[in-house]
Amino acid sequence: MTYPAAVPYGRLLDHANRHDPYPHFAELAGEPVQRLDERTWVVTGHAEISALLRDPRLSAQNEVDPRAPAGSDGKPVRGPFLVQDPPHHDTLRAQTMHQFVPRILGMRPRIEATVARLLDRYVGPGEMDVVQALAYPLPVAVICELLGVPEEEEPVFHSFAARLTRALDPVETLTGQEVADLAVTRAEWRAYLLPMIGRRQAAPGTDLISGMLTEGDPATRMTTVELAVTLGLLLIAGHETTVNLIANGTLALLRDPDVLDRLRADPDLVDLVVEEVLRHDPPVQQTSRRATADVRVAGRVVPAGDTVVLLLPAGNRDPRRFPDPDRFWPERPDNAHLAFGGGVHYCLGARWPAWKARPPSVRSPHG
Amino acid sequence: MRSGRIVVVGASLAGLHAAESVRANGFTGELVLVGDEPHEPYDRPPLSKTVLSGWLGTDRLLLPTTRNLNARLLLGVAATGLDLSAREVRLADGRVLGFDGLVIATGTRARPWPVAHEAALRGVHVLRGRDDADRLRADLAEGPRRVLVVGGGFTGSEVASSCHDLGIPVTVAHRGAAPMASALGDLVGGVIGARQRAHGIDLRVRTTVTALEGEGRLRRARLSDGDELDVDIAVVALGSVRNTEWLVGSGLTADCDPAGRALDRAGAIVPDVYVAGDVARRRHPHFDAAPQAFEHWGNAVAQADVVGHNLVHANPRRATALPAFWSDQFGLNIKSVGLPHLADDVVLTQGSFDRGPFVAAYGRDGITVGAVAVDSPRVLDGYAALVTERAPFPPAINATDSPEPTVHGGQS
Repeated sequence: MTYPAAVPYGRLLDHANRHDPYPHFAELAGEPVQRLDERTWVVTGHAEISALLRDPRLSAQNEVDPRAPAGSDGKPVRGPFLVQDPPHHDTLRAQTMHQFVPRILGMRPRIEATVARLLDRYVGPGEMDVVQALAYPLPVAVICELLGVPEEEEPVFHSFAARLTRALDPVETLTGQEVADLAVTRAEWRAYLLPMIGRRQAAPGTDLISGMLTEGDPATRMTTVELAVTLGLLLIAGHETTVNLIANGTLALLRDPDVLDRLRADPDLVDLVVEEVLRHDPPVQQTSRRATADVRVAGRVVPAGDTVVLLLPAGNRDPRRFPDPDRFWPERPDNAHLAFGGGVHYCLGARWPAWKARPPSVRSPHG
Repeated sequence: MRSGRIVVVGASLAGLHAAESVRANGFTGELVLVGDEPHEPYDRPPLSKTVLSGWLGTDRLLLPTTRNLNARLLLGVAATGLDLSAREVRLADGRVLGFDGLVIATGTRARPWPVAHEAALRGVHVLRGRDDADRLRADLAEGPRRVLVVGGGFTGSEVASSCHDLGIPVTVAHRGAAPMASALGDLVGGVIGARQRAHGIDLRVRTTVTALEGEGRLRRARLSDGDELDVDIAVVALGSVRNTEWLVGSGLTADCDPAGRALDRAGAIVPDVYVAGDVARRRHPHFDAAPQAFEHWGNAVAQADVVGHNLVHANPRRATALPAFWSDQFGLNIKSVGLPHLADDVVLTQGSFDRGPFVAAYGRDGITVGAVAVDSPRVLDGYAALVTERAPFPPAINATDSPEPTVHGGQS
């Protein structure tokens, strides 16, 4: 049978509705937890999404391919830690955080310089394609520097980022051909990275890859395949989210000249603007989990084995949590949005966007 | 109540938050905070952790305020009496403060070493306030041969951890079967005790200190196991005493209902008088258990928020949040939710007792009543949901890191 939620959910996934999915989120918002099909539930309530993200009975893990090479835990590599559960998730994430966070914080002046370089070409009257000129090149430049990849390799990363990013979309929106292409792209990514990893192993530098290979407890250190997979995660998670944040933020400001004027008058407002963009139009629109036991939520019981689809933007516009939720209102009090997820998979780069997005939105050279 | 005068007795976390809350709720009248310490409101959890290990000075602990409180702070003066019929608080310096609304937030103090002349020896410490921490920190900096921690509760265990960080040998004498067992149960307390020992702590359970000895200065301690220890510092961590003496004669004992309204000895609500923080003893609405004080940071904030609302508005709110607390020690983050101490059974639900992170769930009469997570802070909200819905115990988790088959710990 077809459940009522399936129709608006289908509209949500329809590319034709991508420019403004929010009417379709609103159609789903009546019940916080609804059935989508025999084995799938869709969750739209802020409190319910929040609780489920932190519930140990919801697994982020997919079926494992027994033919995959062994990881540092001796078991077949399942994919990046985004789709793994504790305990191995924790080991991989801790190593990554240890290398990623201090480096990205230390790169702030360089990132601001990159933004300035990208924008300076557009000072003065005229037009600018924000996505092509800024949103796309910025994260690729940052990840390349983080990994110690020379500038001339950036187009290669750009191409991988664009192709791998499809993996973030709900699998039901991919054609069989796209799924097959993704597998090829992943194999190409490993084939591209493994020699680079090998060179760093032989002669470590100061970059993130070298740090991952040489620091920490050798007993739990990632294998080279795990490292390649993790770097792929950093590429797509850092890329797509940044592109979307900058693009969605620019769009929100252009749609709301009043906020743009306030921001120009008071550049310190930018932190609140970024948080509100993250609530109002978050870069990541959904995530899903599989129940390992019967889970009671909002008066429903999601049986063990079922999948829950957590619609983060719906939670961000839940009227039970946010007054006047469709309004773009940077000064909104208590803006505890769900853009970064929550629980063990809480966004590793969460504090980065606040200032990563700052220079473009403040400078905003022309409209 | 939007005008008149509100007096908050106690200028620590709960008192400050109650003051913030009455202002946030629209109180425009006169606001007075009374504190017995000379310091502006500061945060206590770091005292046994980063302050002792030298990472943070006690001058860096001031609690932030989110608004201009427009309050009068009377610091360094204790309240000594309460006259409910006259609506007056008496202060140690003889002043009398009339009030229209009152918040009792006087907290607790460290339970002192019971033998006065031994407690007076140089080198014998308690740890509750900033000044205690400064004195202890100064003594620790002199390179003591060994520190004796008397009592292996949370404060004692954190002090032991900080001394360990400083490279000072530590003995912990604990009366119970395992450290922190009164809160975490014997099983989980024992697991953490084993990890403390793995760090080199001389942990002695079912052991008490029978005498502290020295001439003016502490030199030696006698233990109930017959041992004598050469020690220069003893930290007495025997729990806390609620600061209710100033209420004697008022008919109040700092008991309250879930809305924070003070109750008299007959259990009747006393109008316009509220209680918040460590001193507040109440029946938690979720649990069928005797009234107790919840001496946790989060409880102080949550109660103070409710009390501030209820002082101003006629529709009372209740503090229903589950009790929760945390401890950082020996590189471990320990978090608890619910009331594990009520349990008659405990079960390992994730991870391993032997090494690394773990979560244990606590049950009573077949209902989940609490959980303790070690180095797994981000899953605890999931367990809080199980406690809230009174899920059957043991709860089915079946997570990737859940043990198989389920390991039963028997009596907690």
